[in-house]
Amino acid sequence: MKSGSRLEKILTGGHFAVTGECGPPRGAAADEVRKKAAHLKGVVDSVNVTDNQTAVVRMSSMAGCLILLQEGLEPNLQMVVRDRNRIALQSDILGAYALGIRNMLCLSGDHQKFGDHPAAKNVFDLDSMQLIQTVRKMRDEGKFINDQDIHEAPKMFIGAAVNPFADPADFRAVRMGKKIAAGVDFVQTQCIYNMDRFEKFMQQARDLGLTEKVYILGGVTPMKSVGMANYMKNLVPGMDVPTELIDRMKGVPKKDQTKEGIKIAIETIQRLKEMKGIAGVHVMAIEWEERVPELVEMAGLLPRPQVD
Amino acid sequence: MVVAEQKPLNEILAMLQPYKKILVAGCKGCVTVCTTGGKKEVEILASEIRISRKKEGQEIDVKEITLERQCDPEYIDQLEEVIKDREAILSIACTVGPQYIAARYMDKLIFPGLNTVFIGGSKEHGIFAEFCQACGSCGIHKFGGLCPIARCSKSLLNGPCGGSANGKCEISKEVDCIWQLIYDRLKGLGKLEQMTQVIPCKDWSTSRDGGPRKMIREDLKL
Repeated sequence: MKSGSRLEKILTGGHFAVTGECGPPRGAAADEVRKKAAHLKGVVDSVNVTDNQTAVVRMSSMAGCLILLQEGLEPNLQMVVRDRNRIALQSDILGAYALGIRNMLCLSGDHQKFGDHPAAKNVFDLDSMQLIQTVRKMRDEGKFINDQDIHEAPKMFIGAAVNPFADPADFRAVRMGKKIAAGVDFVQTQCIYNMDRFEKFMQQARDLGLTEKVYILGGVTPMKSVGMANYMKNLVPGMDVPTELIDRMKGVPKKDQTKEGIKIAIETIQRLKEMKGIAGVHVMAIEWEERVPELVEMAGLLPRPQVD
Repeated sequence: MVVAEQKPLNEILAMLQPYKKILVAGCKGCVTVCTTGGKKEVEILASEIRISRKKEGQEIDVKEITLERQCDPEYIDQLEEVIKDREAILSIACTVGPQYIAARYMDKLIFPGLNTVFIGGSKEHGIFAEFCQACGSCGIHKFGGLCPIARCSKSLLNGPCGGSANGKCEISKEVDCIWQLIYDRLKGLGKLEQMTQVIPCKDWSTSRDGGPRKMIREDLKL
């Protein structure tokens, strides 16, 4: 075991993993995190806590993770390199481990131009690839970036994001290979709506022998409405929502659109379960955590395996 | 070159509002090339200041000068006579120039007429773009001869990130994804394997992060 996290045990045990996501509030209310946690408890194996996603200021990911731990959930600490230099990153990794956090997701982070503080100065001392290298070096070599020894190394299960739908298309699987070389244990993909394109990505990943080297969790986000589908298609960077899917949502009466969105998500999970090289799903029900239990249940993924 | 753009006229007028004896000082270096701070721009800006003050019925005395360069102590000498009776100096060199004048003339008020925007070049007539961030240790050969530090919005050394779409950056459809261009170049050169190498953490100590920088050329010292 590299970290001993539940997620690691699920994946190495050959179980189909289910991870969830929790966006901390734009305020200091711990109860909001607890409310989201209550929906996800027992339903997912580990919960990503986002790190000021879309560059909007929120409660820190680390604090959110700690609240989840207190509620008996296993957190996955998202960490972006946008806001911290290598001093702060390494310090936070030590702190996270000290608090009991065992999973990390290493990310670049959305550019602050999208966020609520576009006048901010960004950092990008490291990039996401170098953050992966850093967490691995800290874990496996017990050393900081500067090669100095760490007294009690943080043993993290290391994750990264991959976006099979970004360009250049031919490079996306190769880039995942780079993340594996940098030291990643698992990856979670961008929300999958264009299944054909995702199949092509997975074929390339298999051809490169990558599916043997990393656990790939397919990203699933249920759509609440045609409006949300259009928003994601047109305004979220790196998202590929095919027109047919939007037409399908449009084809049902407005009151049934949420049901249709859930149905589509379940179909996606079914296809992912069958797909060679997929080790699990990452359910990102954005501000819709209360629907995750039925989604996971209907996808036939409950109860979750007990690995502790 | 150093690329600079003129500040909005209203901002310049507001800075100079309390002063009557003004010197507009241009520079024949980079800002002449990017047509924001050369002799012609000095003339135009000086006229605009005069006209605007006249409209307000206020007295004004604007002198003009364009130095060979404002980033060299010997050329600052050219100011010696004209600066004597001036209350305020508006430099329209890049931000190096006004600091040279400020350092030389402790009793003069200095104002910047330009915003220095980047180290770059013109892409086509009237369009300038950033190409270098002066990190102090050039490694563009690892990226097909293109600089991701200056030209990737996140300065990623192992890009492209997940926001690259149709050759454009996630921050704007007006911004090229430099990693798409690096990919295209390396593909054309048959060197795509370079993009499979993980580039380790960069040493930023040669960049501005190491503190204000100085370059010493022993061979040129007198």
